Amino acid sequence: MNETNNLPVLEKLTYKDFAPDQDVKWCPGCGDYSILKQVQGIFPELGKKKEEFVFISGIGCSSRFPYYMDTYGMHSIHGRATAIAAGLKASRPDLDIWIVTGDGDAMSIGGNHLIHTLRKNFNLNILMFNNEIYGLTKGQYSPTSHVGLVTKSTPFGSIDEPFNPAELALGAKSTFFARSLDRDPKHMKEILLKAHEHKGTSFVEIYQNCPVFNDGTFFIYSEKGTKKEESLYLEEGKPLIFGENNCKGIKFDGFKPVVVDLTDGKNSINDLWVHDKKDRIKATILASFANGSNGTHLPRPFGIFYSIDKPTYEETMMHQIEEVTKKKGKPNLDEILSGDKTWVIA
Amino acid sequence: MKTEDGVIEKESVVVRFSGDSGDGMQLTGSQFTDTTAFLGKDISTFPEFPAEIRAPAGTIAGVSGFQVHFGSKEIFTAGDEYDVLVAMNAAALKSDIGNLKKGGIIITNTAGFDSKNLRLAEYPDGVNPLEDESLSEYEVYKVNITSLTKEALKETGLSNKELERSKNMFVLGMLYWIFDQSPDYTINFINEKFSKSPELAQANILAIKSGINFGETTEIFNTRFKINASPQPPGTYRSITGNNAIAIALISASEISGLPLFLGSYPITPASDILHELSKYKHSGVRTFQAEDEIAAICSAIGASYGGSLSVTTTSGPGMSLKTEALGLATILELPLVVINIQRGGPSTGLPTKTEQSDLLQAMYGRHGECPLPILAAHSPSDCFDTVYEACKLTVEHMTPVIVLSDGYIANGSEPWKFPTSNDLPKINSVFTDMPNAEDGTFLPYKRDENFVRPRVKPGTKGLEHRIGGLEKANETGDISYEPHNHELMVNLRQAKVDKIADFIPEAKFDTGSEDSELLVLGWGSTYGTIKTAVLELISEGYNVSHIHLRHMNPFPKNLGMLLMKFKNILIPEINNGQLIKIIRDKYLVPAIGLNKIQGLPFTTAEIKNKILEILNKK
Ligand code: SF4
Repeated sequence: MNETNNLPVLEKLTYKDFAPDQDVKWCPGCGDYSILKQVQGIFPELGKKKEEFVFISGIGCSSRFPYYMDTYGMHSIHGRATAIAAGLKASRPDLDIWIVTGDGDAMSIGGNHLIHTLRKNFNLNILMFNNEIYGLTKGQYSPTSHVGLVTKSTPFGSIDEPFNPAELALGAKSTFFARSLDRDPKHMKEILLKAHEHKGTSFVEIYQNCPVFNDGTFFIYSEKGTKKEESLYLEEGKPLIFGENNCKGIKFDGFKPVVVDLTDGKNSINDLWVHDKKDRIKATILASFANGSNGTHLPRPFGIFYSIDKPTYEETMMHQIEEVTKKKGKPNLDEILSGDKTWVIA
Repeated sequence: MKTEDGVIEKESVVVRFSGDSGDGMQLTGSQFTDTTAFLGKDISTFPEFPAEIRAPAGTIAGVSGFQVHFGSKEIFTAGDEYDVLVAMNAAALKSDIGNLKKGGIIITNTAGFDSKNLRLAEYPDGVNPLEDESLSEYEVYKVNITSLTKEALKETGLSNKELERSKNMFVLGMLYWIFDQSPDYTINFINEKFSKSPELAQANILAIKSGINFGETTEIFNTRFKINASPQPPGTYRSITGNNAIAIALISASEISGLPLFLGSYPITPASDILHELSKYKHSGVRTFQAEDEIAAICSAIGASYGGSLSVTTTSGPGMSLKTEALGLATILELPLVVINIQRGGPSTGLPTKTEQSDLLQAMYGRHGECPLPILAAHSPSDCFDTVYEACKLTVEHMTPVIVLSDGYIANGSEPWKFPTSNDLPKINSVFTDMPNAEDGTFLPYKRDENFVRPRVKPGTKGLEHRIGGLEKANETGDISYEPHNHELMVNLRQAKVDKIADFIPEAKFDTGSEDSELLVLGWGSTYGTIKTAVLELISEGYNVSHIHLRHMNPFPKNLGMLLMKFKNILIPEINNGQLIKIIRDKYLVPAIGLNKIQGLPFTTAEIKNKILEILNKK
């Protein structure tokens, strides 16, 4: 069904319609503010009625998000937002459901629900604010914190190997993975729109600065001076280029991605890797850029790594219900109550 | 009483089918049960499974039993001791002979008593109970069921393995002969079951008939029994297990309330059959969701409830523990949710296939924070229907999660059920709000009605957008509030809402006896049949005793305290270490006495009678 075209003309909504009269209580300077602004900004453009949106969150700084969106919403318990959203979507495919979570909420306590939701492919949007720290509990290392990070619970440095969210998502058969960051609102907006457009579970990792407990972790990807060298913006069908004046590119040496200089005359733009978001192998290699373990220093990719069409869980569920009903007919309650073997006592 | 053709008329008989897990005793038992019920006798059954799926063949750990008690009188339990034991191998005999009545009948498959089977059953070298004097107190029939079945079916062209598997049908045939029952019901069942492989159907039917013919022509059995139909109330009956009754109750409540049914569940013994059964009803629009774990199971159900479904999650003890955090969320959100716990022996993995009533205190108190919930307990397989239906009604009408306790004994046990028609079912009043409820035209999601019930809103309802969550909420508005007095108020309001349910449940009444009796037996859950039988027997022996059985564990019926005050002697038998008794003593300060059994087994009637007599005789 085309969900937008058949509806009567929608009331014109603005971002103000999605901003409730609640005080926003994140710390001053928190990256969450920028994300909230972008989300409120795109909602009027999504072609839905206000009452059709639902935000579900777990626990953590990011999970306060539903209180700041004037839609239906539930601030639930730690790690379980995906599981709650799964039940809601399975029972109410008509709703437009957004999950807001953090790196601790989604990848630690809620890791199991996250991977299973991804593989089942409900039509949901998951926004994971990754600040590589536990903020609400005041500064412990998280499952995405890098080795060596000194925090309250790791005074001598973290010894845990962190999760790479992109690899985890692809390993869990996610049908959509993208990365953006709080300090690039334009890019974030574009990614949010694409995530919403994707039919299936869209998993968006948003690098988010926590000025209080992990300030500046992602600044090299957003601040002048380092941004051009350290970040790589993916564009569908375009070669992977980055650097000052787009002077660098990524090409394959066998299966190994290598950085080449486009100004030394040895490589041209035609030699470069061309982004194809439907290519799972390429997406997997892009995901591994963040690991920094293959000997070459690679820029951090932003954009849509992977996006494929696959039937959603709720579609398949509804389809099965329809098929079985067509075949067997809807039983009436009295038939169910009596079963097929009865006897009479006079 | 023996009639002229050697047939003894009996009021009731207990038969125990016992064999290796692979011997098909559950199927044999349930076919015998269904046939018996179909012929108008009252029944109660007790299937007992080994904990391992494929315990080593021939060992005691691999014994699977099915006990059926049937009669021309009302039957409330599966029976303390059996009249007839069918033992398919040495391990079955060894494991189950303890509860055979003195002088009872043993029918053995001699093929299951070869040296290998004897060794696996851990009989000492050279000892074969069929060949020594150890069974002299019983009437023993030694039949080589395996070879007789193979011989009878040799023309069918079935493989040796398939022939071997048909021996349980031969047993069934013999039993039909001994109890003078027609095999027609089972023959129909086989024809349906094997409709796609008529040769298997024919072979199984032949095996049954050969069993009957064997009984008739060899005249080996000295004793045959006749049990008349029982004078049950007139009506149409079916046979039902507790878990099936739960599935049907949920579908019924969904239909009557008009709410779509959503089950979020994770496989766990002995609750999985509810998931299996409901999954068959796709064509009724039932949505079953097998979640990744117990937590996701309840959380998905909370999500579906938020969306407007009749939501359910089913589990057993260990799963219940995992769900408790989310149950706290559902409680503070004040959303409808039915949580069904089919209790089993615990703690931890405990006795997964055995029964216990040891999760009552968990249901009552096992959550963080002040978190009261209504609790209902089912007392028999068919009572699972009424209990779960009522739980659905309460959850929807009072906007609170409701816990239902059943247990392994009634989940798998079956009995005849005079099922209701859809017109007999009480209405379920499901209301969704689509209008603001405050004077200023705003919507207050936690503004309550006179029963402390908050309004239910479906996401998608225009103009009522609001947020709910696990943080404490300000009264009426539902906004986050950490204000000290507000928290106390909200805790008290949630408690008052649950307490108020006492106005919507029936008063406690005597199942047997009256308030003038010398001793009251107060029971809950699956001990019902045993307590009832014990009390009835004692009354017929001249004792003045009575029985009240509780379904509503929280809140209790309003008159319960008043009734209890009238008794000097209150006995509370439980399959646990004393749980209801703690709540009763705490709430009513009455000196109740406990009778506790924690063996993974139901009480026997004798155990309860003895305890009652002990108390009465002490005076
Ligand atoms: S602790 Fe960090 S993440 Fe949390 S609100 Fe403050 S700045 Fe933001």
